[in-house]
Formats: sequence, C-alpha cells, structure tokens
Amino acid sequence: MAGFIIRRVISSFLVVVLTSMFVFALFFLGPSNPAGPVCEASGKCTAERLALIEEQMGLNESVVTQYGAFAKGIFVDRTITIGSEYECDAPCLGISYGTRGQVTDELLEKYPATLSIAIGGAMIYLTLGVLLGVLAARWRGTAADRLLVGGSLLVSSVPYYLFALLAWIFLTLQWSIFPATGYTPLTENPGAWFAGLLLPWVVIGVTFSTQYARFTRGSMVETLGEDYIRTATAKGVKSNKVVFKHGLRAAIVPIVTIFGLDFAALLAGTVFTERIFNINGVGWWALNSIQSPQDFPVITATVLVSAVLVVVANLLVDVIYSFLDPRVRMS
Amino acid sequence: MTTQSEAVPTTVSAAPTEQPLLEVTNLRKYFPVKSSGLVRRTIAQVQAVDGVSFQVPAGTSLGLVGESGCGKSTTGRLITRLLDPTSGSMKFEGHEIGNLSPKQMLPYRKEIQMIFQDPYSSLNPRHTVGTIVGTPLRVHKVVPEKQVLNRVRELLEVVGLNPEHYNRYPSEFSGGQRQRIGIARALALQPKLLVADEPVSALDVSIQAQVVNLLTDLQKEFGVAFLFIAHDLAVVRHFCPEVAVMYLGKIVEIADRETLYNRPHHPYTQALLSAVPDVKQAAVGGRRERIRLEGDVPSPVNPPSGCRFRTRCWMAKDICAKQEPPLLQIGPKHKVACHFAGEYGAMPTSPITLNVLGVDQEGTPVAGATPSAEDLNEPGFADTWTDVETLKGNSAPMATSLPSDSRPASEVGSEDRGTRS
Amino acid sequence: MTDFLTDQQHAGQPTPAPGGEDFLVVENLSVQFPTHDGLVKAVNDLSYSVKMGETLGIVGESGSGKSVSSMAVLGLHDIKRSRLTGSIRVDGKEIIGASEQTLRKIRGNEVAMIFQDPLTALHPFYSVGAQIGEAYRIHHDVSKSKARAKAIEMLDRVGIPQAKSRVDDYPHQFSGGMRQRAMIAMALVNDPKLIIADEPTTALDVTVQAQILDLLQELQRDFRSAIIIITHDLGVVAEMADEVLVMYAGRAVEQGPTRELLTHPEMPYTWGLLSSMPDVTASTDARLVPIPGNPPSLLNPPTGCPFHPRCPHVDKVPGDLCRTELPEFLPGQRGTHHLKRCHLVNPDDIYATEVLPEIAPDLVELTLADNADVAHGDGMHGER
Repeated sequence: MAGFIIRRVISSFLVVVLTSMFVFALFFLGPSNPAGPVCEASGKCTAERLALIEEQMGLNESVVTQYGAFAKGIFVDRTITIGSEYECDAPCLGISYGTRGQVTDELLEKYPATLSIAIGGAMIYLTLGVLLGVLAARWRGTAADRLLVGGSLLVSSVPYYLFALLAWIFLTLQWSIFPATGYTPLTENPGAWFAGLLLPWVVIGVTFSTQYARFTRGSMVETLGEDYIRTATAKGVKSNKVVFKHGLRAAIVPIVTIFGLDFAALLAGTVFTERIFNINGVGWWALNSIQSPQDFPVITATVLVSAVLVVVANLLVDVIYSFLDPRVRMS
Repeated sequence: MTTQSEAVPTTVSAAPTEQPLLEVTNLRKYFPVKSSGLVRRTIAQVQAVDGVSFQVPAGTSLGLVGESGCGKSTTGRLITRLLDPTSGSMKFEGHEIGNLSPKQMLPYRKEIQMIFQDPYSSLNPRHTVGTIVGTPLRVHKVVPEKQVLNRVRELLEVVGLNPEHYNRYPSEFSGGQRQRIGIARALALQPKLLVADEPVSALDVSIQAQVVNLLTDLQKEFGVAFLFIAHDLAVVRHFCPEVAVMYLGKIVEIADRETLYNRPHHPYTQALLSAVPDVKQAAVGGRRERIRLEGDVPSPVNPPSGCRFRTRCWMAKDICAKQEPPLLQIGPKHKVACHFAGEYGAMPTSPITLNVLGVDQEGTPVAGATPSAEDLNEPGFADTWTDVETLKGNSAPMATSLPSDSRPASEVGSEDRGTRS
Repeated sequence: MTDFLTDQQHAGQPTPAPGGEDFLVVENLSVQFPTHDGLVKAVNDLSYSVKMGETLGIVGESGSGKSVSSMAVLGLHDIKRSRLTGSIRVDGKEIIGASEQTLRKIRGNEVAMIFQDPLTALHPFYSVGAQIGEAYRIHHDVSKSKARAKAIEMLDRVGIPQAKSRVDDYPHQFSGGMRQRAMIAMALVNDPKLIIADEPTTALDVTVQAQILDLLQELQRDFRSAIIIITHDLGVVAEMADEVLVMYAGRAVEQGPTRELLTHPEMPYTWGLLSSMPDVTASTDARLVPIPGNPPSLLNPPTGCPFHPRCPHVDKVPGDLCRTELPEFLPGQRGTHHLKRCHLVNPDDIYATEVLPEIAPDLVELTLADNADVAHGDGMHGER
C-alpha cells in the first residue's frame, strides 16, 4: 500500500512538472511577447525600452534557463525585475504584471472563496444526488423514478450559467428569498460568510446533483441485480438495510471516482459562479489574467494549481478506492 | 509388438518414425509477480505451465484435463500463441512455432484455430454471423471475395445451422447455436489442429451432447486434430483416445483412455476419477465411496518441492519432498509422474523411480549416479518402458528399461478402484 | 425394487412418503413475469413437498423453472415484477402474499439458501466473518463479538482450517471451495430446518465438489434438516437425493424416489437427459444421444406437452394427443409414488427396449426382468 502511494506520488509529481513545462513553452513559443504589456504600461514604448525590459525580464535567455529560474523560485526567494525590482518569497510563482504583487500571495488570498463555494456545493450535490439516485433505483420503473430521471435530464439540459443567472435574478434580486451573494471570509464573520454563499451552494448543489442522481441510479440498479444482494435478502436483512448497507456500499465506488475529478474541477475555479454571484475567487482571477494585457505569471500559476488539484484528486480517489474495495487493497 | 495390440482402433499409432502434427517439449509459461514496493521488481513467478511435453498426432484428439489453475487453458493459449511461452519448444509439423514473430506466425494461424468456452462473450454482438465466420476467410484471403458468402453458407450448413441465417446477429441464437457459430469460424480456414478450450462446459446437458457429436463428426469428415481442454472427465473420455492429466502446471499422467480411466496409476488421477458423481450410483443408493482429497491446490507461485501433489497425497513419503518424480513411461501408452505409481490399493511400497533419478530410498542422490530425469520429459511414447510390476516391492536397483517384449502392465491387476473415505 | 412400493402407502398428491410431517408444501405454484415481449411463464402448476431430514433433488436445464420455483419459497421474487399464484407453506405458514415481516422471520432462519457461485453471492466488501455474523444477528439478539465467535465456530464446523485467523478475510481471499464452505456456514448459522442449495457445486472443481457434497450430507445428518438440491447434474442427484423432481419448461414432468426414477425413468425428457450425459464408465464407442432442438420459449410454450417438439416418441402416441393436450401429472405403470407427465402408455418397455440399449446395454436384461416383476406383483394397479 505504501509503495503504491509513493509510486503514485512520484508519477503525480512528474505530471505536474510536465504540465508546468508545457504551459511555459506554450507561452514563450506563442505569438505574444510578455514584455509588451509591461512596456506599454509604463508610458511610451520604444523599441529600445522594449529590448531593455526583455533583457531585464530574462526573456532573451533560452526557455530552458527561464524555466529553471521559475522552478528554482518555488524553493528559494528570488528577485524579479519587471521595470523595477520586486522581491518574491519562496514559494515564488512570479510577480503579477497587472498588480505587481506576488502571485503566491494573491493565490492564497483568493483561494478561500473558491474553496468555500466548492466544498459547500459539493456537499449538497453529493448527498442530494446519491440519495435521489438510491431512491430512484429502489423504486425503478415507478412514476417517482420516471419523474426523477426526466427532471434530472431537464435540469441538465439548461446551461449552467443560465440557471445560475436566473436563480440570482429571481431568488435574490426579485423575490429576495436568498440573501445577497458575495464573499466574506469565514474567520471574519461566519454568518455573513454563510449568507453570501448560500445561493451559490444551492445552485451548484441542485444542478450537479441531477447528474449524480443518474450516476448513482445506474450504479445502484446494477448493484441491486448482483447475487450478493439476493443473498442478503435471503438472510432476512431488512430491505432498507439491503439497499443502503449492501447495495450502496458497493454502488458508491464508481461515484467516488467521478466525484474526485468533478471536485478538482470545481476547486480549480468556478468561473460562472464567481462572476454571477460576485465572488472574487480563483476562477475570476484566472479569467482576468487571460484578458489583454495577459498576465503571464498568473496564468501559469492558475494552470499549475489546476494541474496539482487534478493530480491530487486522482491520487486521493485511488487511495479512497483502495479503502472502499478490499480487493484493490490486498493486491 | 505389444504397443500395437494395446492401441485402440481409433488411435493413430505414434511410432517414432511418424511425425506428430504437434509436438510440445518442456513448455513453460511463468507469469511474473511484481513487488508492491517503490521499484516494482519481479519477486516471484506464477508457474502456470511448468515443463509439459506431449504430442498430438494428426487427425486424432488429445484431452487435457485438470482442475482450475492447473495450467490446461494456459497451455492451449500457448499453442495458439495467444500467449508467448517462457521456454520450451512447440513443433507444428516439425516446424518450431514457439519463437515465431506474429508475422512469421501468420501462416500457422490458419492451421491452428481455437474454440472458446463462452459462446456469449467470444462472438462480437455487433457483427452478423456472416461477418464473424467470413472474417478469417477475408483476412487470410483463402477464397476470392465473391465466394466468401458461399463458403460461409457451406460452413454454417456443416455445423448444423441454417445457411440462410448468415445475416443474423449472435443474440438471435441460443447458447448451443452460438457455439456452433464459433466452431464454424474455427473451421473456416480448414485448420489441421483445433484447440478447444472447455467447448461445452457453458452449455446445457442436452446441448452439450449435440456439440460433442458435432465435433466428432467434423473430426471424421475433415481429419482435424484436437487438443481438447476440459474439466469434465466424462466428456474428455468420450471424445479423446488419449488423455493427459495436469496438476499445478505439470502433466502427472498421460495415457490412452482405457488405461487412464480403468487403471489410473497416479494418486491424483485416482482421486479425480473417484470424485465424479455417477448416475449409476442411483441403483445402489447413497454416496459412492471415494478418495477424499483434503485442502486446496497449493499456490502456483510457490509450489511444493519435489512432487507437487505430495501435500495432498496419502502416499507421500520423504522422497516425494526431495525429488520431483519424472514422467516415467510404464506401459506402451502410459506415462506417470509418481514415485509410487500403481493401481489404487496396490501401489508399490518402494519408489519405482530410484534408478532413473540415481537416488536412494529417501531421495538422497547416490554418489556417482547420473540422474536423467530431465531427459525423460520427452513428448510421445517410446517402444520400451519401465515395468512397474517387476520393480514393485523390490528395493534393489534394477534395469530401468526393459525390452519391448516385456510383459505389458495391462496383464496384471484387474480393475480395482478401491475405496477410501 | 418392490420395497419402494410397499413403502408408499399414501396415494395422495403431491409427494407421499413414510412418516414425518411435510415441512415444505408447494401446491399449484405458478410464477409469471410480465415483460415487454409478453408474459414469461417461468413456473406452471408445480406441486411438491419435503419432509424433515429428506433431500429432494430438482433437476432441469436452464429455463426449466427450477431456480425460480425455489426462490419463491423464500419470497425472493419482487412482487412488483412477478405474479405468483398457488400456495407455498413453510411449516404451515403461507408464503405467497405474506408480509415482508413474516418473510424476514423465515428467511435465513427456518429456510436458508446456498447459491451457485459463492464468489458473486458473497458481498465482496465485507469480511466473511462479518457476513456470517450479520446473518446470525438478524435472528439472534446478541453482541457483535458474540456473533463473531459464532462465525468462527461455524467456519470451523464447515472445515475451514484456522477459522480464527480466516474469519476476517474477504471472500476473494478464499479459494472457491472455501468460499462455498463459508456460504454453507452462513446458511447454517441459524440452524435452519430447510436448506435450499441452488446448483451448490456447479462452479466448483470435481474434487472440491466431492468435498462440498460430503459436507452437506454430514451436516444434514447432524442437523436433521431438509434439503432441496437444485442441479442439472443427474450424477449429483443420484448420490444426494432421496426423491427427484424433473422439471421442463416450468412444469414438473417426472417425480419419484431417486433409485426408482433413475433406474426406471418413464418420461422421454428424463431419458434424453440420461442419454446425452457421457459418463466415466460408459462404452466409448457409444455415441451420445442428444435431445434434438432447443429448450422451448417460456413466452410461447408449445401446445400440448411442452416437450413434444423435441420428443422422438411422439409417433407412439395415437392421434395428435402430444400436440393438443397437456398430459396430466399422474402415476405410471410403476406405482403411485412415481409420477410422470407423458401420454406414452408403456414407457417402461420403450425405455428398456429402445433407450437403454443405447446408453447402458448391460442393464437391459436387468431392467426388463424388473419390469416383469412389477407387472406381476403390482398388476396394473398404478394404471388408472
């Protein structure tokens, strides 16, 4: 087991390194010149000034050297020259061209908001989705089941941003059922934190739960047809217990896999959610960074963070998987 | 010569001069077991097939029986080259096929075809029967494209299906009919050897008989040879004039069917035969007395030393742990790998393998002796053999090979399927 | 052979046998499944009974209704997706239409089931001990540690070596034979009065099969329970069962004491089963005589006798009887204890002169003599 985890950590690390290299290469070999926006930002941009800035930013060096400097910054402090000199403490992901602040600091500042949205939303959609799915599987073929499956298809077919926008317009603006949305750090005011995130959670919870209800239903229907379910019934186990203890225990395993990846995607930024509900999180930040003038260090950082999240989620899924399924654990 | 008189009419005599269709010598297949550490080293080998040798003469059938995990299916997959052998030789009509690349193997694939166990999963549900049966014809370009359909119709008719059903899908057929489709596909290239891996075990009893009869007819009509792999001893006995019993990757006994089923000399064969429930028992009532084997088959990763069956054998003595018994020929068409080979209830008290192995009673090598156990693992049968009867109960070293005019073992001992419970 | 006749005094349906109360009585059971393609008539008008300490073997091929009927005994069919009529009484209690609560008290307690493939029938994510313990705790109000001790005791009882250290193993860590032993331990943990074993050895190797059959018989001696063993293997039935019920297309087609039925079968389907099975002692020159054709569709079963499209003896019955009229399940020439569903008037002669020479020529003389005995001693008393 330990060997397995170590092997997976190493391969995960390699994936992250390769992703960062790829992103780095893409931007440097691409058509846009990172020095351009910096040069324009400080008044008239002459060819000499541009060349100087390029020189200072180290853009004349080979991509390999630049990547080396970037990678080194993750472990030791470095000084970065963008027009003037900036200190960048380790772990350094660079200095934002836009704000001239350390990317790492900004990341840490924006992350709690995204994390809050993701965790709250995921808790709702996982519980709701799995519960609905189990019930639908249990009463499969009945009107309740058809209603659930049909309803879930309907919700899934509406684009998420439209759903979120309508929810915000009607539930908050028009009818004021939900409090105004926004982000207040949990440590500052838990009440405000909760109130501001309630609608985003519900919207994420409801929209995602429909998919999970369908996944769970499919997995449960398959599991309930297994021989060991019949065995449990033949032993005299109560039908609720057959469904939840024997059925769900086995049916949940594939759900965990999907959930791990979905959750990683949520964590990497919930662009629509953040824009519509006015929450300044990682998604919004990333969206801004790719708009002109492009903020190259921020883009690199957000892509890297996404890569790390996906890789870590995969790793966790595998570990959880091995705890859920003893057959994997033993081999 | 006694060899001839012993042979059943249906058996093609495997005289040394005649080349067998397939000759397998010391075939091995080890699957590596990887460690779970940081570096995944190979820490052990699953010895799925560990040095089997046999011959399949043209136009006849060799049965391969044994319980799950004994390596019989792996052997079948090695011969069709679905798996690559770890070592050993496989000669098809005298040509070595064990080390051929997939491209070099291509002409032989036409000659060696396979019938699979599960008629539900071995046919692509999205292809029509015509496509399934016609594909080998197209791949190997044995008939012009225009004639593929006619040939498919012919093949369907041969296996007892309606030839006009070529445009139907496998799901429209019953299990027995699907197995016929699988047989038609295997026959399409007119192979010389069919490897049938449990061809009837997924079918209902009444359908099993239909398929077994079909295979018998096909063999008569086309002269195709079979390597018939099955766990059902009765089906194998019915179909194969020669049968090999496998246990934990090795052949423990191989003989013509009369000898193997009536006078088995290996304790495992005896136990296996006595375990089969018998309808005729109804006339007597109750359970048949049988040899009870305790426990389970040991792991092929770490098989017992010496004789692999010794951990479950009631005959086991010290020598069985020390020395692996060679597959010794003890009759005209009878080889057995047991130090104490004999009919049930009349097994020798002293090992019969001492001279061959050059060891003493306890299995310790005798100084100066040159053990030749490895050489004994030759496929096929020789004209001379070790006479068990003269060795029985005699601890003094004796000549191992007697002239072929020596008394065949069949003359001694009547059928004595003794009891032990 | 005549000893069977003197044993059987009752003339009533469905299974008269000496002494003892019927523990399980199935009467006119029909099980149907509505599907998109129509109504699947899985079991039709089936009646049988089993006494304590007795073993009934139910024989048939896939689709014969043998498993469906035995699952009905535990009420395992989803009532929303099946239609059950008739009566199943376990120790006097009616199963059909019984409440979930009544059924739960019977399941695993009075009646336990052993399934074909222990690898799929045991939950892969719970340890063997936990699954046995659960079965015990459902019907006994004991602590988890007591249930675990009971699980160890049962594993030990069914011959699992070092039960104490294996109790926390998962099913996949057991070998096939050990898994089936664990399944049996789970079935026996509540000391059931009836064990239904559905193809208990089909997935196992032959030497392991022998071990499991030995175990079942030994346990039956100790527990005095009734056993229903469902199988397609006549060899297993011959060695295990006291009474045999042959099913075809959802109907009982022949029933009688094992020895009587297997030595003097009276129904062409049973003959077909016997002749299509190779056997380790039969002559190798004899060709297997398969039953022609395929098992019938349960959606549109054949008219008349369901076996008539595959029966080679249809021409021996006058007129179109086989095609038009379903034969009743009645005693044949050999007495009231041997029932058959067939229009043939003289099945024993046909068997001895036409079927037996094909499958066991050495037994022809014996059987013919036996038939003569019956004709003299018992007259046509069985013929009504």
